[in-house]
Amino acid sequence: MAKVLIPTPLRQYAGNQKEVEVAGSTVGEILTTLTSDFADLRKHLYTDEGKLRSFVNVYLNDDDVRYLDKDKTPAAPSDTLSIVPSIAGGSR
Amino acid sequence: MSTVAAPGTTAAPVTLTNEELQRYSRHLILPEVGPEGQLKLKNAKVLLVGTGGLGAPMALYLAAAGVGTLGLVDFDVVDRSNLQRQVIHGTGDIGRKKIDSAAASIAEINPNVRVIKHEVALTSENALDILKDYDIVADGTDNFPTRYLVNDACVLLGKPNVYGSIFRFEGQASVFATKDAPCYRCLYPEPPPPGLVPSCAEGGVLGILPGVVGLIQATEVVKLILGQGEPLKGRLLLYDALAMRFRELKLRKNPDCPVCGTHPTVTKLIDYHQFCGVPKTTEVPQVASGDIDPVEVKARLDRGDDFQLIDVREVFEHQICNIPQAKLIPLGELPRRLSEIDPTREVVVHCKMGGRSAKAADLLRASGYSKVLNMTGGILAWSDKVDRTVPKY
Repeated sequence: MAKVLIPTPLRQYAGNQKEVEVAGSTVGEILTTLTSDFADLRKHLYTDEGKLRSFVNVYLNDDDVRYLDKDKTPAAPSDTLSIVPSIAGGSR
Repeated sequence: MSTVAAPGTTAAPVTLTNEELQRYSRHLILPEVGPEGQLKLKNAKVLLVGTGGLGAPMALYLAAAGVGTLGLVDFDVVDRSNLQRQVIHGTGDIGRKKIDSAAASIAEINPNVRVIKHEVALTSENALDILKDYDIVADGTDNFPTRYLVNDACVLLGKPNVYGSIFRFEGQASVFATKDAPCYRCLYPEPPPPGLVPSCAEGGVLGILPGVVGLIQATEVVKLILGQGEPLKGRLLLYDALAMRFRELKLRKNPDCPVCGTHPTVTKLIDYHQFCGVPKTTEVPQVASGDIDPVEVKARLDRGDDFQLIDVREVFEHQICNIPQAKLIPLGELPRRLSEIDPTREVVVHCKMGGRSAKAADLLRASGYSKVLNMTGGILAWSDKVDRTVPKY
């Protein structure tokens, strides 16, 4: 079971949990399981075409999966997956 | 724009005054700073985009540290709800232009600092001209269009973009757009669609959080000026205040990045509102009845569109909750206070639920106001759709 860290803006779609243990041997499997457990999370992570949204990044430990093997990146139970969406706050 | 002089017009000072030697003594005895580093700080020109949550601590500390020229971009006015985190402004500054309040605080902390005021909204038209004379740009804005604008302008001009962003209890920081480092678009090629990611005004923010993140930005600014340490380039620092944990993620320069990649497609500034899916005022479908949704009113306020927001509720209602930018003219007083509303500019009226403001809109139209819109659902809808911190009553 890999650990998935859910960022604040998306916690409301993941049962208000900040981290979730999810089974799966690749990044894609883990995210598929995660988003079937939390259906609301799916539309925030994926486009209608099933592509990871371009304002949401997924990191396996400290590496962006875009520069690894994307969905096919192997993930070990000891790995941590971070979902990092863009946030814009700063001024008001 | 109230810019008095371009930041590049003064000759670089070559010495520190006796006052400065005393003031910066704790820097001068640091081998990494010393008199030479302090002169670098004195000769540095840093542009702070926004003097809000992130800009406030940056401006205070960069001024204290002796950064010689600080440019400030802001057109907002100090509101009481800002004071929980925007520590450069005080209670007595409520209603004052943020840029003036910030300049006064800086002058009090360090009169050696030259403040250049850019009292404008940063746009594709003015950004390159404003940014070009500065060495470093620090992004403390609160919306996606401006963040992409700042990023692209920095890439095009080859200026480091010291980035910070916050949401509730979490912050992000990085140094973008240096020659060898990724830019904001390498991290996030596209913004989220409007409304999907709430702003601080909608989602709230721990007041101390921008202090921490803003000072990480200030630290990076000073390091870049001094040429000391390891800049936060190619790394995204994540800060979680509740867990009190810092994490670091690797960022890579995207060879296909539309602005800093090997074959850039963005070679000049674009329409960032369109890019971010935020419609421009002219493209907003005008409902025949003259209605406007609170979300659109918010978007217009955030963009700095030119219009007058009038709250026609009673004084006691205004005390319970209000939209800071709105001017209070209770419906009963409206007929005799028309002189306070400019008929040549657009007017948006609101009340608690939309009924009284519909009457006010009719009254204004009958009085010769041609551009009048009624905010549907009043401040209760505003509370639901825009800012859940606005109490319902």
